[in-house]
Amino acid sequence: MTYTAWIIITASLVGLSCGLIGVFLILRKTAMMADAISHTVLLGIVLAFLVTNEVSGPMMLIGGIGSGLLTAFLVQSLHSLGVQHDASMGIIFTTLFAIGVILISTSVGNAHLDIQHALMGEITFIPFDTTHLPLIGSVPKATLLLFSVFLIVLVFIIAFYKEWKITSFDPALAVSIGIPALAMHYLFMALVSVTTVASFDAVGAIMVVAMLITPASAAYLWTDRLAIMLILSSLFGVLAAISGYYIAVFLDASISGSMAFSTGIFFMVSFIGSPKHGLLSKCRRPSRANQTSI
Amino acid sequence: MSQPVISVKHLVAAYQKNTVLENVSFSIPAGSLTAIVGPNGAGKSTLMKVLLNLHPAITGDITFFGRPFKEVKKRIGYVPQRGSVDWDFPTDALDVVTMGLYGDIGWFKHPKKQHKARAFEALEKMGMQAYAHRQISQLSGGQQQRVFLARALVQNADIYFMDEPLAGVDAATERAIMATLKKLNALGKTVIVVHHDLQTVEDYFDHVLFLNQTIISHGKTQDVFSKDNIRRTYGGNIRWLGGVD
Repeated sequence: MTYTAWIIITASLVGLSCGLIGVFLILRKTAMMADAISHTVLLGIVLAFLVTNEVSGPMMLIGGIGSGLLTAFLVQSLHSLGVQHDASMGIIFTTLFAIGVILISTSVGNAHLDIQHALMGEITFIPFDTTHLPLIGSVPKATLLLFSVFLIVLVFIIAFYKEWKITSFDPALAVSIGIPALAMHYLFMALVSVTTVASFDAVGAIMVVAMLITPASAAYLWTDRLAIMLILSSLFGVLAAISGYYIAVFLDASISGSMAFSTGIFFMVSFIGSPKHGLLSKCRRPSRANQTSI
Repeated sequence: MSQPVISVKHLVAAYQKNTVLENVSFSIPAGSLTAIVGPNGAGKSTLMKVLLNLHPAITGDITFFGRPFKEVKKRIGYVPQRGSVDWDFPTDALDVVTMGLYGDIGWFKHPKKQHKARAFEALEKMGMQAYAHRQISQLSGGQQQRVFLARALVQNADIYFMDEPLAGVDAATERAIMATLKKLNALGKTVIVVHHDLQTVEDYFDHVLFLNQTIISHGKTQDVFSKDNIRRTYGGNIRWLGGVD
């Protein structure tokens, strides 16, 4: 497989996983938790590195899940003590991120882990760090990790599809009929964390937020059905990843930056042109707000 | 009247450090249709949430059919305030009603034809079958409330809690909802409704619970629905007092 093909496959896997997870981030109105977790997983990765001395593999995922859940838990705790939700998010994630940054500059030193890399990712190096798989041959480690995480995300979304739906739409009803909305919240935060950690190498902590939120927000504008929103969102994620790569090649610019930019273009096109909720269709039809009021 | 299906003793609940419910004790007789009335901030919704285990009680003892909530969860249905969910959620009316069955369907399984059929039946009962596949944001407020009620019906519970089901609905929906409540009542089900319109209490409900942080009065409508109790519950801030003596 060629160098370019591996980059595109890797980026597409980021688009797929982030697209699926992003739908529920939007519907659960926790989009900014993605921003928080994308920063705090840095702490988990650094801690995992301090234990294992490598920046890949299952330990890194476990570190990421741990720090992601810690973030969710601390944000919730601070909020329940009377701090506003967005403020408590801002306090927790910057603090945990800062600890990660300090650890990188003091304890990690010369490792293949620096702040620039953490924030922006470095997809161009991914095809060089490979591992050998029976039958398939040599595969980049990051691609393999992203593929495993995509499978995990897919299985969890399908297995708990109705639970995700009900806890996103009406958590009170869910609890009253015996579906543990709080446990589902933490499970979801764990999924956000693994997706973020796995995408980290490819696109970095800042761009992963674009991959999580923007394709899902665009998909939301095209459909009234959850299943179709999931499919569209992952499709937009993949298309943004691929087109972003070619934009980067064309402009000789940052790959992760171009991919994030590309998700923005998908959103703008949807925002203006979608037949149901787009700006153009709103000019032609009376607003829906009039119909829903009594 | 027959034995109580809900019994609440010395209940105290708070938000942050503000006590919302203070020493609340009452029992609801089986098969009654009870209105909970009281001014804004009286703790009506909180009371409902505490009973349904959605908000913690500080102290107090709550039993349903003499047993704790967790053991009888399946026999209890809840209709939250319409504003408590996001109606722009990508789903249709039938799907929302089907959610009422998710507890029965069980983990790792998806709703089957029979579940959809039961949900459709409930929509029919609320006169909403024509809107089964309508995206929920495209329903009027009254239609959304009927979808919520259909979702409660499909749960086939013995006790129903409803938080302001008649708030901001059109006259047709109000009639449809009240007809449904009376029907449930006729089947021997117990219905407890947070209600805001004092003018209709006497017509709609056989029991009234006056609440303002604690129970002001509770009993059969004909016995306790008096000007005096209304004044004690609402203080001086009441605009309407006509028709009650």
